[in-house]
Amino acid sequence: MSRVRGQAPMIRVRRAFGAVVEGEALISREGFSPRYDLDRWTGLISRPGHALEGHNLKDKILITPSAKGGIAAGWAFYDIKHKGIAPKAFVFGVTNPVMVQGAVFAGITITEGWSRDPYAWIRTGDIVRVDPMRKTLELVKARQ
Amino acid sequence: MQLTPDEKKMLRGGDGTAAKEALELQIEVGKFFGAKRLVPVSNVHMMGDIEVMGDSGKAFLERMSQTGAHCAVPTTTNARCIDFDYVAKLKQDPNEAAKEKQLIAYLRKMDVVTADTCINYQTLYQPHRNEHVAWGDTGTVIYANSVFGARSNFEAGPAALAAGITGRVAEYGFHLDAHRRGTFQVNVKTDLKDFADWGALGKLVGEAHQDYFAVPVFNGIKRPPTSDELKHLGASLASYGSMGMFHMVGVTPEAPTLKAAFGGGKPKEVVTITSRDIQHVYAGYSAKNNPLNLVVFSGPQQSLFEMKNLARLLAGRKIKPGSHLFVTTSNGVKSAARALGYLEQIETAGGIVLEGVCFYILQNIGQIRVQNGWSNLVTNSAKLANIIGAHKFNTLLRRTDDCVRIALTGEDA
Repeated sequence: MSRVRGQAPMIRVRRAFGAVVEGEALISREGFSPRYDLDRWTGLISRPGHALEGHNLKDKILITPSAKGGIAAGWAFYDIKHKGIAPKAFVFGVTNPVMVQGAVFAGITITEGWSRDPYAWIRTGDIVRVDPMRKTLELVKARQ
Repeated sequence: MQLTPDEKKMLRGGDGTAAKEALELQIEVGKFFGAKRLVPVSNVHMMGDIEVMGDSGKAFLERMSQTGAHCAVPTTTNARCIDFDYVAKLKQDPNEAAKEKQLIAYLRKMDVVTADTCINYQTLYQPHRNEHVAWGDTGTVIYANSVFGARSNFEAGPAALAAGITGRVAEYGFHLDAHRRGTFQVNVKTDLKDFADWGALGKLVGEAHQDYFAVPVFNGIKRPPTSDELKHLGASLASYGSMGMFHMVGVTPEAPTLKAAFGGGKPKEVVTITSRDIQHVYAGYSAKNNPLNLVVFSGPQQSLFEMKNLARLLAGRKIKPGSHLFVTTSNGVKSAARALGYLEQIETAGGIVLEGVCFYILQNIGQIRVQNGWSNLVTNSAKLANIIGAHKFNTLLRRTDDCVRIALTGEDA
């Protein structure tokens, strides 16, 4: 999809929890599970064939359309937070309660729903800001 | 959120720091989903083992148990990662096994009943219609909502423990009527004969509609299904579709009619599943020229009736030398199977029956796979076929009889 330039895009999110964070975006059209897709020792997205295979989640803002996986994911966020390999935020299109419970328990920012398609505005490597109070996702600086 | 005087007291720390912390977590999650209040729960089922929680989760449980945390309502545990009788045999890590023992002690100190089963709905507790519970594993939740008409969201381990301590959950999702109505219709135009057929149906419907709030309504089921068949369907839907509820017209309590299942609304979509679709699922799996030397009956744990059937199929036979057949079940079912002679028949044939665990979360399963040179995993559980890929198994979903035949001969049909 072509990128819209020359504007300062702001995407409204529907639901949100956590602190304001700013960081590098890691954006995928594929859903995410911390159990199926992630190496929980290195932070690398490890499942062969995942759209983000080989990328590291650490300190990133993960933008993904959906949550995958079951109940076991609930402990996983706390685990990766304590191992120092957690992302700064999860920005989901749609999610499920396990992801929200897990993120709240770990103190990781999480949002659900977006007012416009982020894929038209944001690329992996861009600097974005998530503001849960204002319920916004903003492009701060596009990757060169 | 509106809080009762008791909840306000709890939030101030009047019931101890553990209850305060638990309620704070629940309120934040409730706020996220726009919950207006908390509702009491009568039963909690939680996932908590060293493989899923790691050292940080164990340290959290230790701290909670030391601060006097105590479950206010009956709370049971899900399948875990270690059957202590098989640690050495499976070459699991003894250090992790020791941690698992400590973790179980912390849970028991908090009054958690460490029953270690993912089929609590068959063996431990059957909630009634409209009863609020807080359950996790996903398979338990979809069964509670759909088959019993009880009310639960997916509750992750820490969230379920919080519910056990406070005796409440935030009222959102499947606790509310609005989310329990059917959203799309599935016309089933085929007979489903084996558990794997029910799982294949769940895969077809779940994969195409991945959404926690999507509620399929199955119509046209020709024969009233058994509990085990509904178990395999639900586990598969929850696994492939992240779904927490389904209706089956004339079978489940909130779907006496098609109209009632949709609660006055209209289906967003109508899909039809035929025997060709089910055949297509089976045809989608391939051994990729690697040996078929691992057959697993797990995810969910086997009921006593499934054990009886496996014993019948394996009686007087021997698993192919070099092949492995694993079964996982609960302590209660294994004990009954022992008393009834089923266990002996399975074990004499060469099967290994693990208790209190799920094959998917076995501690060290990735290494166990490598050590045994396993590439393929054959199972009648669509759920297991879906999730075990995370440990780099190639999976084949097959009907129960076919799974047993593969274990005996190493040959796919």
